[in-house]
Amino acid sequence: MRTENQKAWFFVLPVLGLVAFNALVPMMTVVNYSVQETFGNNQFFWEGLGWFEQILRSDRFQAALGRQFLFTLLILLIEVPLGIIVALSMPRKGFWVPVCLVLMALPMLIPWNVVGSMWNIFTLPKIGLLGYFLNDVLGINYDMTQQPLSAWITVVIMDVWHWTSLVVLLCYAGLVSIPDAYYQAAKIDGASPWSVFRYIQLPKMKTVLTIAVLLRFMDSFNIYTEPFVLTGGGPGNSTTLLSIDLVKIALGQFDLGPAAAMSLIYFAITLLVSWVFYTLMTKDDAQ
Amino acid sequence: MAQIKLSNLKHSYMPTPKGPDDYALKEIDVTWRDGGAYALLGPSGCGKSTLLNIISGLLTPSEGQILFDDRDVTALPPDQRNIAQVFQFPVIYDTMTVGENLAFPLKNRGVDAATIKRRVDEIAEMLDVTELLKTRASGLSPDNKQKISMGRGLVRDDVNAVMFDEPLTVIDPHLKWKLRSKLKELHQRVKATMIYVTHDQTEALTFADEVVVMQDGEVVQIGTPVELFERPQHTFVGHFIGSPGMNVLPCEARGDRAVFEGHEVTLEGPTHGDGGRTDLGIRPEYVGFSDTGIPARVTKVSDIGRHYVVSAMVGNTALKAVTEHSVPEPGSQVFLQFKPEQSRVYRDGWIASEERTQ
Repeated sequence: MRTENQKAWFFVLPVLGLVAFNALVPMMTVVNYSVQETFGNNQFFWEGLGWFEQILRSDRFQAALGRQFLFTLLILLIEVPLGIIVALSMPRKGFWVPVCLVLMALPMLIPWNVVGSMWNIFTLPKIGLLGYFLNDVLGINYDMTQQPLSAWITVVIMDVWHWTSLVVLLCYAGLVSIPDAYYQAAKIDGASPWSVFRYIQLPKMKTVLTIAVLLRFMDSFNIYTEPFVLTGGGPGNSTTLLSIDLVKIALGQFDLGPAAAMSLIYFAITLLVSWVFYTLMTKDDAQ
Repeated sequence: MAQIKLSNLKHSYMPTPKGPDDYALKEIDVTWRDGGAYALLGPSGCGKSTLLNIISGLLTPSEGQILFDDRDVTALPPDQRNIAQVFQFPVIYDTMTVGENLAFPLKNRGVDAATIKRRVDEIAEMLDVTELLKTRASGLSPDNKQKISMGRGLVRDDVNAVMFDEPLTVIDPHLKWKLRSKLKELHQRVKATMIYVTHDQTEALTFADEVVVMQDGEVVQIGTPVELFERPQHTFVGHFIGSPGMNVLPCEARGDRAVFEGHEVTLEGPTHGDGGRTDLGIRPEYVGFSDTGIPARVTKVSDIGRHYVVSAMVGNTALKAVTEHSVPEPGSQVFLQFKPEQSRVYRDGWIASEERTQ
């Protein structure tokens, strides 16, 4: 007979306590707010699921959610293939390996608000290097403070600049772990470069790609600082992503109830989509 | 299928090699008969994998030529040489089924579907993996994966040669034996030239009709397993093949006799040359115990199952003897007899006594 030892639970307790204080308790406060209405004076009235219904029905939320999905979809569609291509073209050995790795890591080391400020100054028409170059040298009418399309392009390119490296580094780690024998065997089997990618490199990168897609999905879906610093959600509401809208409702208008309901919905969507991604991408391994 | 000829082959991994030490392969001249089973045997780092990669075309030699049936293939890439290679670690296309894995080399060469199916079924049957054809290759055990790697090499019926680069390294000991006999059986069925690289003498000697022993980028001896065992051309071969290896004892050569630790030993025949380091080589199997002969003190007796290995000291020189019975006690004094026809003299490592011809 095997005897179960319950001692392990005691080792988990400190972590559980810590997580309770920095995540569970604040989260419960949010849950608490989401089902009540307050008119100040610390007086609360029961509201039930009213806020949830109101948020889900509101055009403002639906528009922000749409923008959020569009943004995440765009950056995933650009960053994942681009990351794979860059990782494939990086050298595997020699002097240039550390140089490439450091260059790749650089954008990720810059704080979010600095990234936002950098791109803001870089792209401002008239004074920004890129803004000036596009408008006055190439004659392209570009102004991310006035035109929604310019603003969107700038936000997406900024994210691609900031985070493609993550996909590159993860894919690169997957690539260098492939033994030479695989490439040699493929040569002898007469495989085309496409077959080598399809049947050797891609399958070997799958695990890290799953992680990369999940991380990029979660990060981009919760993105706040960079677009907020760059465009402030404008022009108009054109780049107001979910998080920016949430902060406006919670701290701008101080509508605690709707904001709390919105954060819970936001959280649920993130969790759900992550789960769907994960299940789809690891489906084959389970068989 | 083809005869493989390596002529004046040299290879260095350095762009501008200076001395002979810069060469991973020094001057190789070998001809391998069509349909033969050969082994390249040598310790790690002796250049045997380099040689294999040169034959398969993964490496281009610095100097020399490779000829397949008198056709110079030195500059051809691997896929145009029509060879197959099995690597140390099984190479499997994870996302494909076993059947798709076996079909892959044929598919890449544009073979028609009916032929592919026939060949895959044949090979699967030969390798006993017919029932696995529809399973995903990623979940297989290492020995089955290695079988599939071999299968991908054998599936093309026109290959010039199949090469094995230490293919049993990751296989469990009890399966090694099975796979080894499978390989031998495959060789008899497909009749392709097979070249097997290994550092394991048992693998080499059981697989090959002829073994090429290499050391430091040089071929030391080419011969059948019996030749390598019975008459090593170099002390390295004597030491590397056999367990325990040949005794190499410092001596002086005098005609057809050697003087070892002050005792005279009759040799297989007269010696030639002079100077250099002179050694007496005799396999432990041919050192016998007797009432007279060379006095020795037994230091250790190891029971290794089938026979005993006796370590003894003659003067200040240690040697080993193998015996099946009449085991002396450690510490006791014994007399040794060296079989004359198996006692040879080596000068600077190379054989220097002549075989007595009757």
